[in-house]
Amino acid sequence: MEWEFTLSYLSYSKTRSRERASGRILGVRTLRYASLLLLSLVAATSSVALSSSASAAETPTKLYGILTDKDGAALSGIRISVAGPAGFTAEVKTGADGAWEVPIATKGTFAVTINEDDLPEGQALTDPTKVTIKANVFMLGVDLRMLFPIGPGVEQASLLVRSAQLTVDGIILGLIIGLAALGLNLIFGTTGLTNFAHGEILTFAGLLTYYLSAIVNLPVLLAAPLAVVLSAFIAGYLQDKYLWKPLRRRGTGLIAMLVVSIGFAIFLRYFFLFIFGGDTRQLPQYAGQAGLELGPVNITPKSILTTIFGIIFIILATLWLLRTRMGKASRAVADNPALASASGIDVQKVILAVWVLGAALAGYAGVIVTINQGVSFLMGQDMLLLIFAAVTLGGLGTANGALVGSLIIGLFVQLSTLFIPTELKYVGALIVLILILVVRPQGILGRKERIG
Amino acid sequence: MDFLFIIQQTLGATIGVNTIIFALAAIGLNMHFGYTGLLNFGQAGFLAIGAYSVAVPVISFGLPLWVAFLIGVGNSILFALLLGVPTLRLRADYLAIVTIAAAEIVRQIARSATFNEWLGGSDGITGKFGKDFFDLNPFKEGLETPILRFNANDLWVVITGWALVAIIIFVMWLMVNSPWGRLMRAIREDEDAVRSLGKNVYLYKMQSLIIGGVIGSIGGFVYALSRQSVQPDNYGTALTFFAYTVLILGGAARVFSPIVGAMIFWFLIVFIEQVLRQAVTNNLIPDWLIGVNQVGQIRFMLMGIGLMLLMIFRPQGIFGDKKELALDAKA
Repeated sequence: MEWEFTLSYLSYSKTRSRERASGRILGVRTLRYASLLLLSLVAATSSVALSSSASAAETPTKLYGILTDKDGAALSGIRISVAGPAGFTAEVKTGADGAWEVPIATKGTFAVTINEDDLPEGQALTDPTKVTIKANVFMLGVDLRMLFPIGPGVEQASLLVRSAQLTVDGIILGLIIGLAALGLNLIFGTTGLTNFAHGEILTFAGLLTYYLSAIVNLPVLLAAPLAVVLSAFIAGYLQDKYLWKPLRRRGTGLIAMLVVSIGFAIFLRYFFLFIFGGDTRQLPQYAGQAGLELGPVNITPKSILTTIFGIIFIILATLWLLRTRMGKASRAVADNPALASASGIDVQKVILAVWVLGAALAGYAGVIVTINQGVSFLMGQDMLLLIFAAVTLGGLGTANGALVGSLIIGLFVQLSTLFIPTELKYVGALIVLILILVVRPQGILGRKERIG
Repeated sequence: MDFLFIIQQTLGATIGVNTIIFALAAIGLNMHFGYTGLLNFGQAGFLAIGAYSVAVPVISFGLPLWVAFLIGVGNSILFALLLGVPTLRLRADYLAIVTIAAAEIVRQIARSATFNEWLGGSDGITGKFGKDFFDLNPFKEGLETPILRFNANDLWVVITGWALVAIIIFVMWLMVNSPWGRLMRAIREDEDAVRSLGKNVYLYKMQSLIIGGVIGSIGGFVYALSRQSVQPDNYGTALTFFAYTVLILGGAARVFSPIVGAMIFWFLIVFIEQVLRQAVTNNLIPDWLIGVNQVGQIRFMLMGIGLMLLMIFRPQGIFGDKKELALDAKA
């Protein structure tokens, strides 16, 4: 059915972006080893291809391979055993060039096992579960090359080094979530709206950045702030003025508004898909920037820069909340709208200001993701649950709670990959959310009267 | 334009399998949201648990189908308890966030490579796990009329499915018109008042969550059986949102509204889709405006706008009573 096709198509692109994301989280470090490995394999393949074509005529069939370490140096004296049908067994050692071969005379499935103990110190199979690999011989006369990819192994990077990298990744993710969560929480605090369309602001700003830099050809340094300003105006000012303010005036209930925001989110998501398509695109500028080695941590300059601006942005927003008249008024409205209104505060104006600020913050979160990871129409949706988790964790309606919650979620998502498979890292974060709600339902910094 | 084809497709969808699945999902939500005021955004999780509970025991463990049904009901009760214990004491929007998170947890675990061996990873499970059910099919041939077509298996699914819906609706009707049902509505209107009468609100909310969840998982049974396959990504948050659309379209807190809502929903979806598709292929709409592959996206955009307008201008739905549920309960 078309219905299923559409949904599974969406999830397909979602998977791809998830996989991309997990690759990045593992870090450039692993990537570099992987590419070294690949190079050594390519070298091995080309040399073997020549020798096999020459010898194919003499022997009926053989299993063969060349063992090299991560730098392409040959590994000699490694025992390789082959077990096959009808009790066939053979054991050989790799030669000085790392090559080995076992002639076979029957069809069937052969198990090829490498003796791991023979590998020199610091060298291991990149996939420790592949000590034994299977060779299916369907046709005699066709040689089969067996691969044992060898590298420093995942275990080589110490737990400490990996934790350091993941901590930095976690702080950056926490910052992105925090920027979006702060706005969501301010809007929730002043209007009571649980806005399911908040993630779409991230996508909107991301798409704007992409169009401004790829189509209009503005430099990213100009496109990014412009996208933030435009999202503050369109997704903040205009959205509140022409959608939510009239609804508040009609006296639409909070749950009804929540459902309206779901409808709006669905509309926007498919609108973005309609105009942008389903793939993830990188900005033309700074796409493949090389990372800097800072101690054990590998980080790209663009990531550092966007993070610093993010922190500045959050500090400014907090100062606005604490020091300015408008900020104080917004906290008064969050506390008690009726009383605030009676004391002469223009509640609608405050709400409008909160929307503009919230949309700018969320827009910048979208810009960070776009610059560092590329933009897709699902970007906001992917972040929305984490944003909600952070807000709930910190305490609905409390500004600093949202930041604390975001940092915890960001760090937890990344650091949990030390112990659980990367693909399940969001699951871990969501489970923590539920567990914390059992112990402390008002959230970490929330006030008790909000929950019942 | 092939109008006969459009009518055929639209009619088939209006009383077809998808309508049954969404009606069941929305009946469950009606119990949660319509009668008890629980904002459950994890209905997709219940459907997923139902669907996987049918497929996994039969395919991976070789159990008979009727045992799988029992396992499915058991699992959905368990899931409801897991959801309810931490959240039912909290305010409505907390329940919304936790349930949406829980449903995502279910989907991501189901599609993960870690549990590939039992749950099939992101490809899900495809196989003849519904054999016991289709062996009972008395129809040797499908239905062939100019305006309505089903093949033999679909006909069997549709007929048993609607019978199931009828039974569940009847039980719902008995329940909500009993003293128990009035208590549920009282909880929706004013929890504290009910508490002051000495009732254990927490316990009653839990009952509502379990009953609605089990009905949702039965929708999952139908979803899995009708396709003979389970795909984890069909059970994303979109499924929950569309189930809400169905419920609100018909009118929450009305026993029959999920059925009417589901019929209208699928009628509109397939009708718009077919008309647009025909218009695009016959060049009535220029290619640069809408491509053939973009018809589905237009449909979802209209659906989003429809949900917004419905909520703004007629929150009680088509058959709902504004006095019964105006949907502006304090969050």
